[in-house]
Amino acid sequence: MTAQEHHSPQSFWTKYIWSQDHKVIAIQYSLTAIFVGLIALVLSTLMRLQLGFPGSFDFIDASAYYQYVTMHGMIMVVYLLTAIFLGGFGNYLIPLMVGARDMVFPFVNMLSYWFYLLAVVVLLASFFVTGGPTGAGWTLYPPQAILPGTPGSDGGIILMLISLGIFIIAATMGGLNYVTTVLQARTRGMTLMRMPLTIWGIFMATILALLAFPALFVSAIMMLFDKLLSTSFFMPAILSMGEQLGHEGGSPILFQHLFWFFGHPEVYIVALPAFGIVSDLISVHARKNIFGYRMMVWAIVVIGVLSFVVWAHHMYVSGMNPYFGYFFATTTLIIAVPTAIKVYNWVLTLWQGNIRMTVPMLFALGFVSTFTIGGLTGLFLGNVVVDLPLSDTYFVVAHFHMVMGVSPVLVIFGAIYHWYPKMTGKMLHDGLGKFHFWTTFIGTYTIFFPMHYLGVLGVPRRYYAYENYDFIPESAKDLNAFITIAAIFVALAQLVFLFNLAWSYFKGRAAGSNPWQATTLEWQTETTPPGHGNWGESIPECHRWAYDYSVPGYEQDYLPQNQPGEANA
Amino acid sequence: MTGLIADFSADREAFSVPWGKAMMWIFLLSDTFVFGCFLIGYMAVRIAAVEPWPPTSEVFALTIAGHSIPLVLIAIMTFILITSSGTMAMAVNYGYQKKRKKAALLMLLTAVLGLTFVGMQAFEWTKLIEDGVRPWENPWGAAQFGAVFFMVTGFHGLHVSIGVIYLTIVALKVLRGHYERKGYEIIEITGLYWHFVDLVWVFIFAFFYLW
Repeated sequence: MTAQEHHSPQSFWTKYIWSQDHKVIAIQYSLTAIFVGLIALVLSTLMRLQLGFPGSFDFIDASAYYQYVTMHGMIMVVYLLTAIFLGGFGNYLIPLMVGARDMVFPFVNMLSYWFYLLAVVVLLASFFVTGGPTGAGWTLYPPQAILPGTPGSDGGIILMLISLGIFIIAATMGGLNYVTTVLQARTRGMTLMRMPLTIWGIFMATILALLAFPALFVSAIMMLFDKLLSTSFFMPAILSMGEQLGHEGGSPILFQHLFWFFGHPEVYIVALPAFGIVSDLISVHARKNIFGYRMMVWAIVVIGVLSFVVWAHHMYVSGMNPYFGYFFATTTLIIAVPTAIKVYNWVLTLWQGNIRMTVPMLFALGFVSTFTIGGLTGLFLGNVVVDLPLSDTYFVVAHFHMVMGVSPVLVIFGAIYHWYPKMTGKMLHDGLGKFHFWTTFIGTYTIFFPMHYLGVLGVPRRYYAYENYDFIPESAKDLNAFITIAAIFVALAQLVFLFNLAWSYFKGRAAGSNPWQATTLEWQTETTPPGHGNWGESIPECHRWAYDYSVPGYEQDYLPQNQPGEANA
Repeated sequence: MTGLIADFSADREAFSVPWGKAMMWIFLLSDTFVFGCFLIGYMAVRIAAVEPWPPTSEVFALTIAGHSIPLVLIAIMTFILITSSGTMAMAVNYGYQKKRKKAALLMLLTAVLGLTFVGMQAFEWTKLIEDGVRPWENPWGAAQFGAVFFMVTGFHGLHVSIGVIYLTIVALKVLRGHYERKGYEIIEITGLYWHFVDLVWVFIFAFFYLW
């Protein structure tokens, strides 16, 4: 235990900048992620302006549009969602929830953040190189990603690939810490089967990250070679502008396999922490134990394992042996089983609960709704024959924005409203929070629900302009304008959230140590926010699972995990 | 089964090993996926290549005293690297016996063997480059040969080089008695990394030179 006996740092620099404290690192990660997330939000608004009112904005030409699409997608998926769930919430919650004083290797943990920041800087630098950032689409498919004609095919794509490489190193250093801390540094009594589901979700997602990011890392190196050394890993013989390029014999499909071997688990790297956090939010704010805890744990594990054998469902239109299509469609649909178990269990947890309609609870309920909608359209797209006509239409855009855009973002908001009192000692303003929830929840539905309809009409995704296509009816244009207006409203509503974050930090109501009357260990710290080393004199001992709410025979409707006495589980 | 799960999920530690060792194992698992992707990528590229693959037994032959001997350099390199695994294992053993001078010297010997390996690899690269092998072309056939060769052996060589630095740092600390109080698990953790790098080489050897 020697590694945990730190002296608390004294100066401003060691306390807030070069900090090895998991809580400070978590906040650094979160603020950086939110910052790049805002950039991605602005980019999406610019895209919507072009789609809703084509030609009205001179500065958005086709190249700029594709650059917005690419950077929006990559930032949201990797630099916001992955970073904030693992680097942000993972860092903050793992040591506190399992009763440790810090991560097992705080120095490596600190390096993780600085590498992440470097990755972000390199990524943003691509906005300032000649040709601008890459416009290849977030999937970066070769050959087009590195050939002239695609925006940013010189500096932009190179910086993007380097940035991804640095990000993966950062995620690995952080991830090793998270997994080792969960496995080896739990406090006395905190068995794996007593851990809060939040930790289970983050833990499994980190394992996925450690095993899936290598594929992206390798494909990034190969593509850098193709770009910089004129090798032909992914490049077949190509005739461009009447000239044969120097490439021959490479396989673009190889990139797709490597990319999606990363890309599909990536969906669950984002989704599993969201599942875990939502389970805890619902249980705490419904004052009821989570329904089917063991089933929830196993569902997380099974989803994690299955996510590695479904990747080619992103490639039905790339061409593959029909038997492979059959295999990948089957595994994809099997994932619906554990996922549906989770949704049923959330609903059953609510049933006859003593529901408190707090802001975190609203966001959790919003998630269950958007995730169910997005999940159901996943069943459409998982079937080969249904996917083929819908592929590359707005139906796909609607699907993944509902299921892995809106849903995890709602969870992030819910989680911030839930844990902000622990991080700062102040409550976020309730009225502003409710306003933020309803505008975001209803607003995102108004944005993405109509996109299903556009998709079924056959409106293709990733088109810059929709003029002169006979098959696109006039009504689609009106719908696009409507979606754009809704998107602007939702984007503006986020300013309310930012204001709330800043205002509450100074003027918010004092939170006390356990404002939600929750059982998990992070709410039982001596001081709020917790000090360096988290626990004061001695680390807490865990006596029960995380869900002893409304236990019959007790006056208080919750029993903290460190409260001695008869344990139910 | 239930008992197994209960045992595994017991409190505090899932595996009764130090934190550093658990972390190294998890890192190596992740690194296995990196090399796995490299090797699978290599196989896919080799199968997809339109031109014939260069004849590896001739490309990797060395002319010694007028005779062309296939794979001789690579055989020596492999022998050296596997020998270094042996010296590493002895270092771990002496470390646990608290014979820190012997342990440190064996670690330094391991590092020297590793450095010899990297040096011979540099010689091999130089020779191939003189023969006209480039990442984008070579005189015998599919251009992908040079690309995957330099990429995968380079990435492995980088691992060996990092291992040499890591070994040297730990060996010097062992020599200074830095771990007298903490215990000598660190040597085994370093050793895990080193054995892993050797094991990866065995696969690279099989897939690049023997196929």
